[in-house]
Amino acid sequence: MIQYIIRRLILVVVLMWVVSMVTFAIFFLIPSATGTSPAVLFAGKAPTPDTIAAVEVKFGLKDSIPVQYGHFVEGIFVGRHFDNGADKSYCPPPCLGFSFVNNQPVWEEIVSDLPVTLSLAAGASIMWLVTGTAVGVLSALKRRTIFDRAAMGLALAGVSLPIYFTGLVLLDLISYKWGILPNVHYVGITDNPLSWARNLLLPWIALTFLYAALYARLTRAGMLETMGEDYIRTARAKGLTERRVITRHALRAALTPIVTIFGLDLGQLLGGAILTEYTFGLIGVGHLSIDAISRQDLPVIMGVTLFAAFFIVFANLVVDVLYAFVDPRVRYS
Amino acid sequence: MTDIHERPALSPTAFLDVRDLRIHFATDDGLVRAVDGLSFSVERGKSLAIVGESGSGKSVTSLGILGLYNKRNARVSGEIYLDGQELVNASPDAVRALRGKKMSMIFQDPLSSLHPYYTIGWQIEEAYRVHNNVSRQEARTRAIELLKRVGIPQPDKRVDDYPHQFSGGMRQRAMIAMSLSCNPELLIADEPTTALDVTVQAQILDLMKDLQEEYNSAIILITHDLGVVAEVADDVVVMYAGRAMEYGTAGDIFYSPEHPYTWGLLASVTRLDRERSERLQPIPGNPPSLINVPPGCPFHRRCRYEALNGGVQRVERPDLEESSPGHYVACHLPVEERRRIFRDEVATLL
Repeated sequence: MIQYIIRRLILVVVLMWVVSMVTFAIFFLIPSATGTSPAVLFAGKAPTPDTIAAVEVKFGLKDSIPVQYGHFVEGIFVGRHFDNGADKSYCPPPCLGFSFVNNQPVWEEIVSDLPVTLSLAAGASIMWLVTGTAVGVLSALKRRTIFDRAAMGLALAGVSLPIYFTGLVLLDLISYKWGILPNVHYVGITDNPLSWARNLLLPWIALTFLYAALYARLTRAGMLETMGEDYIRTARAKGLTERRVITRHALRAALTPIVTIFGLDLGQLLGGAILTEYTFGLIGVGHLSIDAISRQDLPVIMGVTLFAAFFIVFANLVVDVLYAFVDPRVRYS
Repeated sequence: MTDIHERPALSPTAFLDVRDLRIHFATDDGLVRAVDGLSFSVERGKSLAIVGESGSGKSVTSLGILGLYNKRNARVSGEIYLDGQELVNASPDAVRALRGKKMSMIFQDPLSSLHPYYTIGWQIEEAYRVHNNVSRQEARTRAIELLKRVGIPQPDKRVDDYPHQFSGGMRQRAMIAMSLSCNPELLIADEPTTALDVTVQAQILDLMKDLQEEYNSAIILITHDLGVVAEVADDVVVMYAGRAMEYGTAGDIFYSPEHPYTWGLLASVTRLDRERSERLQPIPGNPPSLINVPPGCPFHRRCRYEALNGGVQRVERPDLEESSPGHYVACHLPVEERRRIFRDEVATLL
């Protein structure tokens, strides 16, 4: 088991290394594609050649690309000093550079937007996991009833409708027309937990509608398959109550694949829910990344890309380890 | 000659008494008559084998006794008495309370019949604890004791293994241990050795025989393997298209079988002491669909001696009639004719 985890960890390190190289390439590929240089982008509007030269010296843009990559990685682990004689700045680890737009360390930008993304992902994931699996199980047990058909029809709508549609409909009806919930405005959980939840409820519902739909269908299919397994017949032959057969035997097997997909979905969402954040005007990591792209703010683009990739890779690791706990056949092979 | 279907209700009944059992399933394609008027009985300490080809209704019969059919689409009629208690019309909860306790079952494929995510011990403990109000520790002690009884080496260690860590034979032993957890009086074994190696098959059969002597339980053995039948059965029901074609003692079935279908089954047994050319005599054709069972004798389209009946076999279903005490046959051929054919034409081939 320990060996298994160590193998996975090594894989994570290798993956992140590859991701960091690809991300680093963005820094040079985008300016060359648009015909500018990073220094020009940083120096602001209509820079003088002196300013550009000063920027190039400060950020070491004259060094060879491998050397620059080395500095980049070094910065992530130990921080970086930028210095061209006249202008000094220190970027503490994990250093992802400074934003071209406002000269703030990228890491701080991400961290300041992270609570919104975390709140969004945490609340929504719990909601969709619970509703999705519950509806899926009920649908499977009440197969071909009106409940099943209605739930699966709704699920189809959930998967197909984009978040900027459901989100806007929710906002219009619940927030503007009926005034049940406030217009979404992020409030820190430590400031006012109730207000935090009330403000995030609409985006959570919108995300739940999207994700729970898939989970409901997967759970339903899983349950139907499991209920036909021989070991379910064995469980019944033991004289167990139908309730126990379903909860301890069928669900245990049917929900196992859900672990995988849940981990991956959550990991992806932690890297920023771009459409949701935009629809509800929440300033999270997703919002930050879109802003950065539209302004060609290269260090921020690199930062959020690396950040999002980290969550996905990390989620994969967690899923693999969790799966070994959930499925003994994985553990011993 | 008396018709077994019209046998008056005996009182007291046999330990297990199945009378005119019918299990039909409503499907999109039509009504499947999986079991269509089956009667037999088993006493404590005795073994009954139900033999027949795939799709003859053997497994449905066993699941029917345990009440394990899908209540939504199954229509069950007839009577099943277990130790005097009627099961067909009993409440599902009453039947559930008997399952695993008074009657239990061993399934064909022990790997797929055991839950892959729980340890062997957990699964046996669960079977024991449903019907006995004991602590986990007591149940665990019981599980280890049972594993030891069925011949699992180092049971105190293996109790924490998962099914995939067991070999096929050990899984079936574990399955047997699980079904024995509450000392059932009726044990139904549905093809218990089919998924196992030949050497392991004999061990499992021996184990079942030993356990039967120890607990004096009744056994119903569902199989298509006449070799297995010869080894363990006291009585035999030969099933075809949901009905009994022949029912008698193992001696009747093996030494004086009277139904052409039984002859066919016996002739298709692999015998290593015969010349290759005369070894296997498969029955031509396939069993009929249980949705459209042909009128008349269900076997007549495959019967070698069909012509001897003069047409009645195509319109009239033969009743199961007693040809000698305790030996029942459902065939239109006259008794003397059947016996003559067996003696002159069939016996030499077997």
